[in-house]
Amino acid sequence: MRIVFKTSHDADIRLWKHGAQLFWYLLLLAAAVALPLLLDDFMLGEATNVLVWAIAGMGLMLLVGHAGQASLGHAAWLALGAYADTLLQTRAGLPFLMSLPLAAVISGLVAALVTLPIMRLHGIYLAIATLALSVLTEDIIILAEPWTGGVSGLFAPDIEIFGINFNRYTNPDGLYWLVLAITVLITLGYANLLRAPTGRAFVAVRDSEISARAMGVHVARTKTLAFALSAAVTAVAGALMGHMAGVFNNETFNIVISIYLLMMIVIGGLGSIHGAFLGALVIGFLPQAIALLRSALAGALGIGSITIPGLETAIFGAILVAFLLFEPRGIYGRWIVIRTWFELFPFYRRDMFRRQRSYLKTERMR
Amino acid sequence: MDALQLLVSGLANGCIYGLIALGFVLIYKATEAVNFAQGDMMMLGAFITLGLNNEAWLGLPFWLAVPLAIAVMAAIGYLLDALVLRRMFGQSQIAVVILTIALGFIARFIAGAIWGHEPQSLESPIAGMEVRVGGIVLGLDEVAVIVVTVVLTGVLYLFFSRTRLGLAMQATSQNQLAAYYMGIPVKRVHSLTWALAGAMAAIAGILFATKGAIDPNSGLLGIKAFAAAVIGGFGSLPGALLGGLIVGLVEPFSARYIAAGFSQIMPYLILLLILVFRPDGILAQVRQKKV
Amino acid sequence: MSLLELDNVTLAFGGVKAVDRVSFAVEEGEVFALVGPNGAGKSTIFNLISRFYSPQEGDIRFDGHSILDLAPEDIADLGIARTFQNVELFEQATVLQNLLVGRHRHRRTRLWQDILFTPFVRREEVRHRIAVEKVIEFLELEPYREKYIQGLPYGVRKMVEMGRALAMEPRLILLDEPASGLSVEETQDIAFWIEDMRKLMGITVVMVEHDMNLVRDVSDRVLALADGRVLAVGTPREVQTDPRVIEAYLGPEEDVA
Repeated sequence: MRIVFKTSHDADIRLWKHGAQLFWYLLLLAAAVALPLLLDDFMLGEATNVLVWAIAGMGLMLLVGHAGQASLGHAAWLALGAYADTLLQTRAGLPFLMSLPLAAVISGLVAALVTLPIMRLHGIYLAIATLALSVLTEDIIILAEPWTGGVSGLFAPDIEIFGINFNRYTNPDGLYWLVLAITVLITLGYANLLRAPTGRAFVAVRDSEISARAMGVHVARTKTLAFALSAAVTAVAGALMGHMAGVFNNETFNIVISIYLLMMIVIGGLGSIHGAFLGALVIGFLPQAIALLRSALAGALGIGSITIPGLETAIFGAILVAFLLFEPRGIYGRWIVIRTWFELFPFYRRDMFRRQRSYLKTERMR
Repeated sequence: MDALQLLVSGLANGCIYGLIALGFVLIYKATEAVNFAQGDMMMLGAFITLGLNNEAWLGLPFWLAVPLAIAVMAAIGYLLDALVLRRMFGQSQIAVVILTIALGFIARFIAGAIWGHEPQSLESPIAGMEVRVGGIVLGLDEVAVIVVTVVLTGVLYLFFSRTRLGLAMQATSQNQLAAYYMGIPVKRVHSLTWALAGAMAAIAGILFATKGAIDPNSGLLGIKAFAAAVIGGFGSLPGALLGGLIVGLVEPFSARYIAAGFSQIMPYLILLLILVFRPDGILAQVRQKKV
Repeated sequence: MSLLELDNVTLAFGGVKAVDRVSFAVEEGEVFALVGPNGAGKSTIFNLISRFYSPQEGDIRFDGHSILDLAPEDIADLGIARTFQNVELFEQATVLQNLLVGRHRHRRTRLWQDILFTPFVRREEVRHRIAVEKVIEFLELEPYREKYIQGLPYGVRKMVEMGRALAMEPRLILLDEPASGLSVEETQDIAFWIEDMRKLMGITVVMVEHDMNLVRDVSDRVLALADGRVLAVGTPREVQTDPRVIEAYLGPEEDVA
């Protein structure tokens, strides 16, 4: 096992635990930057997609994994981000560099306002309230047709920064690098938050509201802040999704997307930024994996490849069930166990990571 | 449409919401699990009946297909608990919620793969028949839904107050540990509760497919039924039915008297209002946690 | 002026009076113990001071000001720290992170500064860490500082909880059964630490404790409760020999060990 000798407070504060870790993160970043040189346009588009899902995943992870509040309706914030960003560009004529952060701010403020009255709800009740909000959002989009285009939807303009066009087909490399830059910025902000008082307040509220209050943490305020930040980050992902889709309507961000997002971070591993990325990889490359598997099967069995509706969703659901039953800590949790096993070899004890209460608390005490 | 007809069709819809909500609440009370797949179980129950009964599939007699389908759904409910849900013990409620949603996805896929994605109706003996009450024409199917729900409520009441199993379920729902010490096999009672919820889902599905058409996505109705359960008071059986009726009635009347788009919105608006002002529902039964 | 004053405080749950017209005053710098049988209302008094409960009658004053118009979150800002009878820690966080949450009342950074992790935040973090390292050294928690709370032995968890309260740099600390479930050696450590808290850190200590040896060793004054009412207040010796206390708390025949 690696022993880290800490000789200064900075050793505790900085984002990496030891030099090797910094090296791996930098290598990963370099590989990510070099990706357009390695992949064809189609796969690069998928990689961009994964990054956008990772942003959305980080948005939800902040709320669920770190502040411990459930949301079954995060597609609402994706939608708000997409609509706000597009409308700010088309109606207010703002450039992308202003419309994107503004869309995030708007979503954060709306989230803070909307969640204020439901903030005293716990666990399952909060989840239901967010679900209702998400369903209502779909209906509001239809009702607000003059703005949103209703069922026929909105066309998102191409992203343009200082005259450079970031269309997903004509400039896939540029779009990828742009999304990568946004992802890196959000990841850094998220990691910073976690090592600062705000992040610790989130964790405190997640793990024990009662002692958080005794420590002087304002629980309702902290939860509202978590909701607002989460919605803002998710809105960024929504805006990017809007640009990449080109056109979107009330059904683009439906309740199934909310649930996908939640399943994604559970599979990735609740309570870590890594989990958001790992979950995004699974959700992003699952369709490809299924397509590969299907054509392989079709080849082996001599039948034509047929599309089965709902197969993807069902396989995703099955993966989730498997994780919840066998590894509730998700991919990242499993990785930690494997890493520890190698580091300690041959001294690993079986009960070292014995299953504990999960992050989201049971209401069984009621 | 006449207000009375609106009332009857609203009540009929509300009964189906109520029956699904009843399934939610049964499971929640006994096991503290929130089964988001209850709507999909309803859908599955409808398809199993339809697959057994309709000419296009097996073509069994209606009165044979119905009890068979109920039995199959009860078995599915039992097995779901025994094989999957029981292993989730000690994990958070939300984990269970996500799990059951995932199970719903799988159920939807299976139903689509077997029975296709086209909406289908159950060929029941009462399909298309009408009754006249004082000059007003009502669909017999809608009347049947209401009658069956009333009878089923009575049967459930007797079951919970008179039978050993019903009393055991009640005891388990109030205090699992105490029930365990009193010699009640808590795990089996849990599985039997799931079986009961499965049977209820089948009945709701049969009624649904009798008066309308079912497709694999009909399970999404469960979300609305879930709203109904919360409106009525999560954890209260009469509350579930009441909530179902409220949602069922609010939908057609708001569409008629406010605007067409509002039939979708109203149930969730009511839900949010209830959550904000009376979080434990109209017929609240949840106690506050002691600090 | 006393640091903490309870004035005729009454709290009833349903018809049962958990705390019945209780009055007492704790002086700055003293160690004050609440004793009494289970259900006497000791923890309820702590929850009243923490503002988790509101009394139906009476007043609670800290430093001369009533705290009844404050929310539970504001109590920490006054410099009142506490521990819980059934240790309430942040289970999915490390010992260090738990102690750092104790520093929350000394937080000066804003949200945007946290997100950017500005040099100011870095300086603040170092400041918090210096304070927390002192607590870690004081309570001898070094072996556990990077460990997650889940899986730590009970005794260590109790120490971490006490450490988290000390990291707040409080004026008053409420210890709810600090020695329950601990070994004899650990209990002796607690006695030394309570002494040091008072002498070295100048913290006033109010504790609920069943271990009469510990109470006698460390407390200046003891208040005996039964059925929500005050039976006696005085030095440990006075209270232990008070006939009403012996009758109600220790039982008529029991030997006072």
